[in-house]
Amino acid sequence: MPLTVNGRPEPLPSPATLDGLVSALKLGGQRLAIEHNGEIVPRSRWPETTLAEADQIEIVRAIGGG
Amino acid sequence: MDQDKLSIAGKTYSSRLLVGSGKYKDFAENAAAAEASGAEIVTVAIRRVNLGQDANAPNLLDFIRPDRYTLLPNTAGCYTAEDAVRTCRLARELLDGHRLVKLEVLGDPKTLYPDITATLEAAKTLVREGFEVMVYCTDDPIQCKRLEEIGCVAVMPLAAPIGSGLGIQNRYNILAIVEQAKVPIIVDAGVGTASDAAIAMELGCDGVLMNTAIAEARNPVLMASAMRHAIIAGREAFLAGRMPRRRYASASSPLDGVIG
Repeated sequence: MPLTVNGRPEPLPSPATLDGLVSALKLGGQRLAIEHNGEIVPRSRWPETTLAEADQIEIVRAIGGG
Repeated sequence: MDQDKLSIAGKTYSSRLLVGSGKYKDFAENAAAAEASGAEIVTVAIRRVNLGQDANAPNLLDFIRPDRYTLLPNTAGCYTAEDAVRTCRLARELLDGHRLVKLEVLGDPKTLYPDITATLEAAKTLVREGFEVMVYCTDDPIQCKRLEEIGCVAVMPLAAPIGSGLGIQNRYNILAIVEQAKVPIIVDAGVGTASDAAIAMELGCDGVLMNTAIAEARNPVLMASAMRHAIIAGREAFLAGRMPRRRYASASSPLDGVIG
């Protein structure tokens, strides 16, 4: 079972942490917010947050809106 | 006029025009329109990142910079209180603890009218969690009062449906809402052109929030400037106090001394 990231299957990154996922998705340096299994994880805790198979991840950013 | 500031949640703003950042051709046009509008508060939406995108692709926040503008993350697209609250929590994390949010809980994709029951529920939760809630709502004086009582920092009734450009459809409701309010009343949605914005301000609104009226103008930057002037003109007219309406003429030149 892979991860589900924004509704799409993604393989477990290496290292299997949120930081590792952000790097694997080439999202480093962007202003993001992440939910891990429904819980918001502050950026400072991304390196220590380990991922397991079937975890649900949401990664959001700010875009134009009214 | 120098002291006539808009105050929201303890912070003061010189401009009473709030603008959105949706529907623009590109970020550069968006930034130029925001600049021309003189707005200090700009709304943004919170959405999933597109996976597989170019990491070096431009980002909205490189153009609408958080150190330049007060960003107002919205809950656009949310149809439940739960989704709206979740979006605000993500926005707070995304913007480093930022507490000011624009709450909208929609009821129907055709009208984009607010679901007021869900809006009230979400507002209660957000206020309890320490958010400063600016709330999009119907132009119903009773519901506006309820939202103020819950602790929203600004109440933002629609003038007409979002993106419709129809202008203020029920100015007597807006007037009633303004007269009873103890928090800023900001007309949000439905403004189409500069005169609509001026009317909102002449009614005594504290500000106007708009997006489509600027973004869908043929020349968005010029319309942004027009809106800036309209907001100032409407505000000054409100403060000046308009003359009474008369059904018949009242000569401006003296009647005495007419020749013949």
